[in-house]
Amino acid sequence: MTYWVEEKEKNVHGRVYIIKDRCKQCGFCIEFCPQGVLKQSEEFNAKGYHPPKLVETDEKKCMGCGFCQMICPDFAIFVEREEEEDGKK
Amino acid sequence: MEINATQHPMDKYLRADRIPHIWCPGCGLGIVLNAFLRAIDELKIDLDKLAVVSGIGCTGRIAGYINTDSYHTTHGRAIPFATGLKLANPEMKVVVISGDGDLFAIGGNHFIHAARRNIDITVIGVNNYNYGMTGGQLGPTTPLGARTTTSPYGNIEHPFNLCHVAHAAGAVYVARWTVLHAVRLKNSIKEALQKKGFSFIEVIAACPTTYGRRNKMPDALDEMRFYREHSVIKHGIDPAEANIEIGKEIIVGKFVDIEKPTFNDAVEELKRKVKKK
Repeated sequence: MTYWVEEKEKNVHGRVYIIKDRCKQCGFCIEFCPQGVLKQSEEFNAKGYHPPKLVETDEKKCMGCGFCQMICPDFAIFVEREEEEDGKK
Repeated sequence: MEINATQHPMDKYLRADRIPHIWCPGCGLGIVLNAFLRAIDELKIDLDKLAVVSGIGCTGRIAGYINTDSYHTTHGRAIPFATGLKLANPEMKVVVISGDGDLFAIGGNHFIHAARRNIDITVIGVNNYNYGMTGGQLGPTTPLGARTTTSPYGNIEHPFNLCHVAHAAGAVYVARWTVLHAVRLKNSIKEALQKKGFSFIEVIAACPTTYGRRNKMPDALDEMRFYREHSVIKHGIDPAEANIEIGKEIIVGKFVDIEKPTFNDAVEELKRKVKKK
């Protein structure tokens, strides 16, 4: 007899890519990330804005929903989804 | 750790050498462009069969950033231009992306008559409540009481309800979203592109530089938080009830989705009839 819980559950994580020189520091990705993965960095980009960076606490906190890449007006951030087969972190 | 990148997945549809674009930090137009590009990416539309037309204004810049047949037309004449394109080449998917000042102030007549004829084009109207590029003057969509450079004591003119105008003029697909609803906006653009007939999507976009800072929303984030707290999704309601007023919630959603023969269908029908005689 098989139970549904025994089926392989996939953990999905996101890998965040940032194009720093395109960022205009609107702060949408930081404000609207459901997991609170991003924060403002101290560094400056070529236009003098502070691009976002990841919060260091947990590398796998990003769930790859991709809302930051939808809400970014400047094509400066995107996410690649990664699926883990074993169901464990 | 985040990874530094130089290429964005949407760069294949963009004239990437012109990015970063000229829009202000937090401007909603980038989100509209992003949603549109993701919609054509997901629908796998052939770029040779797609034309994007825009008029004058900040939104008029959108056509210049898309790496397809794109036309930056004179003020208000985006829809007549698109009509000509569609009638000359019915195979093409023609999309008009323009602002509220272009589509509804100087181009208002063209809009209602294109909707009346049910020409098979998709119109994305970006509503930022004012004339942004020229310095934030009062426009036909400025809500009652809002302050702009030409209405420093508050607007006294009643604004257009764009979705109601489109519905009353005969559009077959009418929806309204704010830029915060980026994923729903993308899905709505996908539906509108597949719809036969005149489809209209109103996008409420933040204009922090010229509208927001005169109306107690000095930052783009303030406007986005306002949309999060004050927008309500009501699918299928009568667009006449979806007025935009200060201090009231913004009603968004898909209001109209009906079927009607398009102008191209009528032309073909007429040709067949005349040839028989």
